[in-house]
Amino acid sequence: MTRHLKMDTPATARLLDQLPSRLTGTPMDRPDGPKKVSGTATYAHEWQIEGKTFGVLVRAPISKGKLVRIDKSSIEGLPGILGVFSDDRFLRNPAQGTANEAPIQGVSEISYFGQPIALVVAETFEQARHGAHMLELVCEADTDGVYDPEASNLSPEQPEDDQLDQGDLDKAMAEAAFTVDSTYRTPNHNSAAMEPHCSIASWEGDQLTLHGSYQMVKYNVNELADSLGVEPEKVRILSPFVGGGFGSKLGIAPEAVAAAIAAKEIGRPVCVTLTRQQVFENVMRRSESRQRLRLAADETGKLTGLGHECLVSNLPGESFHEPVIQATHFIYGGENRRLSIEVARLNRMCAGSVRAPGEAIGMQVLENAMDELAHVSGIDPVELRKGNIPEIHPEEDMPYSSRPFAAALDEGAKRFGWDKRNPEPGKQRDGEWLIGMGMAAAARVNMLMESKARVKLIDDGTAIVETDMTDIGTGTYAILTQLCCDMLGLAPEQVDTRLGDSNFPKASGSGGSVGASSSGSSVYLACQDIRGELARRLGCDEDELQLNDGKASGGGKEVSLIELLAGETIEGEGHIEPGETMEKVQQATYGSYFAEVAVNAVTGEARVRRMLGVFGAGRILNHKTARSQCLGGMTWGIGMALHEAMEFDPRDGHVVNNDLAEYHVPVNLDVPQLEVVLLEERDDWASPIQAKGIGELGLCGAGAAVTNAIFNATGVRVREYPATLDKILDGLPELEPA
Amino acid sequence: MKDTTLRINGEERKLSADTRTTLLDALRNHLGLTGSKKGCDHGQCGACTVMVNGRRINSCLTLACMHDGDEITTVEGLGEPGDLSPLQAAFVKHDGFQCGYCTSGQICSATAMLEEIKDNWPSNVSGSLTGEAKLTLKEISERMSGNLCRCAAYPNIVDAIREAAEASS
Repeated sequence: MTRHLKMDTPATARLLDQLPSRLTGTPMDRPDGPKKVSGTATYAHEWQIEGKTFGVLVRAPISKGKLVRIDKSSIEGLPGILGVFSDDRFLRNPAQGTANEAPIQGVSEISYFGQPIALVVAETFEQARHGAHMLELVCEADTDGVYDPEASNLSPEQPEDDQLDQGDLDKAMAEAAFTVDSTYRTPNHNSAAMEPHCSIASWEGDQLTLHGSYQMVKYNVNELADSLGVEPEKVRILSPFVGGGFGSKLGIAPEAVAAAIAAKEIGRPVCVTLTRQQVFENVMRRSESRQRLRLAADETGKLTGLGHECLVSNLPGESFHEPVIQATHFIYGGENRRLSIEVARLNRMCAGSVRAPGEAIGMQVLENAMDELAHVSGIDPVELRKGNIPEIHPEEDMPYSSRPFAAALDEGAKRFGWDKRNPEPGKQRDGEWLIGMGMAAAARVNMLMESKARVKLIDDGTAIVETDMTDIGTGTYAILTQLCCDMLGLAPEQVDTRLGDSNFPKASGSGGSVGASSSGSSVYLACQDIRGELARRLGCDEDELQLNDGKASGGGKEVSLIELLAGETIEGEGHIEPGETMEKVQQATYGSYFAEVAVNAVTGEARVRRMLGVFGAGRILNHKTARSQCLGGMTWGIGMALHEAMEFDPRDGHVVNNDLAEYHVPVNLDVPQLEVVLLEERDDWASPIQAKGIGELGLCGAGAAVTNAIFNATGVRVREYPATLDKILDGLPELEPA
Repeated sequence: MKDTTLRINGEERKLSADTRTTLLDALRNHLGLTGSKKGCDHGQCGACTVMVNGRRINSCLTLACMHDGDEITTVEGLGEPGDLSPLQAAFVKHDGFQCGYCTSGQICSATAMLEEIKDNWPSNVSGSLTGEAKLTLKEISERMSGNLCRCAAYPNIVDAIREAAEASS
């Protein structure tokens, strides 16, 4: 049996609000928690597989040119070496998320510094690492490598779908009471998931098993099969625990294909784990951006014009570009609009999805510009935003689904004590620290993706949930368990949720904040499927069926669940598909951030003292894991505001700070005890469980609250991220005796 | 190759490995103890933190053959599902992790860190080098700043450590 739902109409039944069991939404501990805190959760590298060998990738030492030759004899005779592999099927770079096919392949053309071009396999990791260091390569470097996205001789591409020209922005700017015209730059970011990418490939005949660290197993199987030239049925991927993804593990990556090719050749399993340096050199980056923001407003602060024109980059041949203007399209009004993206082609590692692609940097800069407008107009930043929430979509004749935007702004302002802020910059001192408050809005598009799950209700009254969905730290194990418990009237210890195996029904995977609502809906539908069968057995309508505490009742009857199962297992399948509700309304999640920052009046060092986020994302499926996602997002915002930037050598384009000592992700002391408020909301347009995505909302503007607070503290407007002390120091007010 | 005898989680383990083998790789690749994680292999992230003779160290920055006879405690030695240490249980309760990859290191690090506070070791944020070390939020944050968490569970990690420490004192 399969219960199928295509989301063509709003799901107004809200069954989850009528069930006797209400575990969904509660802050239930993660069922996978005890394994994770005791070191017994098995990540990709850790599978104990008989005969396992180790492979280390060798990367290109030039940014553009040709691999002429690999001198395999250079490591011949070293102990333990089992082979050197370099193959036209090797991946130039990882596949983009949901690509579902191989990315560009080959090792002879070198397109960026760090491109994997060979794999050295040995009996032990130490031997393979030594071999990879010693392997001699002959490369021919071209002299026309492109390393600067703003170089004057480039002609960036203009993707057709990302050029909006509505009304007359120039005229609106000329006639406006208040205007902002500012250009910001954001640097490249690396996801820097704590677990480096890893794959163990093992073959049995022509059947490949890959233990990997992947976010979207359904697509990864097809990408891996296509890369190797085998049928997808011959490939199984297992990814039950993923040590952080953030977009970096969306598509099949070079280490998987190299491991599979080598394993086939030597007839033994091969384990390839990237070094941290390789993670920085050949895993997807978030593209740098140049963003010109133009805002035109009347005397009341109402926008009459909005311009957001962006330049980003990618490797030649890649279709992805950072969708910087994604939320700019719908968050604020203004009838005259110019929104555009240009893409420069660089010899720099592939650009792809890094947590909240688009909004992470687009909202950050838009919200800086809104702060500039608040300052020039003298209108309170919260009020300015509230006054620009459009009734209908400013570009398309389309209403919004549930949108608690104004509520998030009000709630945040009240809880944070926003009324205590002095709007005049540089006026609050605490010893040698200048204190400022800033705020920003949060917005992120919401999507639903096709997803399938199977639930087995076993004759002993326990259940197993199976789907190839992943849990990358997001809390999937928890929320799918909770949904199954409520739908079938079971306790958490009676439900065993199994994930990340491509033999299970094909799910959305984790990415773009779609995972919880999509896979959650599929489990919900699979349980509905089972409820239908139980109702039939009990002799009542499905609507009347009540399942609670191991008992089934309805139509005036009540029996124990085990009696109703009568020694049989009932299997239900759920299948959710996006439908017209994605086109009929603008679906998005909203929120607000408030930050208090201290800037050292002598050194320019900025520290976040406190920070609040208020978010609305439909039904919250687990308050503990959802809050943690928001804590993570806000911390990414702090990192983007203050520390994070990939630095490139302008001479040859290689990334200079390719490790965790030099690429500064926030550490514990950088982050105060953040406060998160989750608003009560149901969005019937989003999914049958009324939930929307929350995994990325926490950083869709968060950094702007921090830099807006720096402006309030000091009067310095940093437009070149990150706001390191060197960019603040020169603009600091003259020191006065404290 | 070199023979080394390690006492890991109270048990004697014999290792015969390449002298270049780090303590971390010995645990993960040779002894089947994969609880300790490799995040950077350069002592920059703290995911590999274990205790050697009671003190926390980055096990990726030391060679296994240097630890003949040493007493090593990994996360597996602190507790297991169904029998978690108070700190491990507090991490679950406060969601002091998300993906879980830095968690073993966080917990080993915190376990040793609380002893350092008891012994009045000063930190970078301590008011005095010789005074009593206090269990403040700032002290916990500073002393745990060698353990990166990209999921950024920091506020929850601090809450978990504080609760477990207060319960034990």
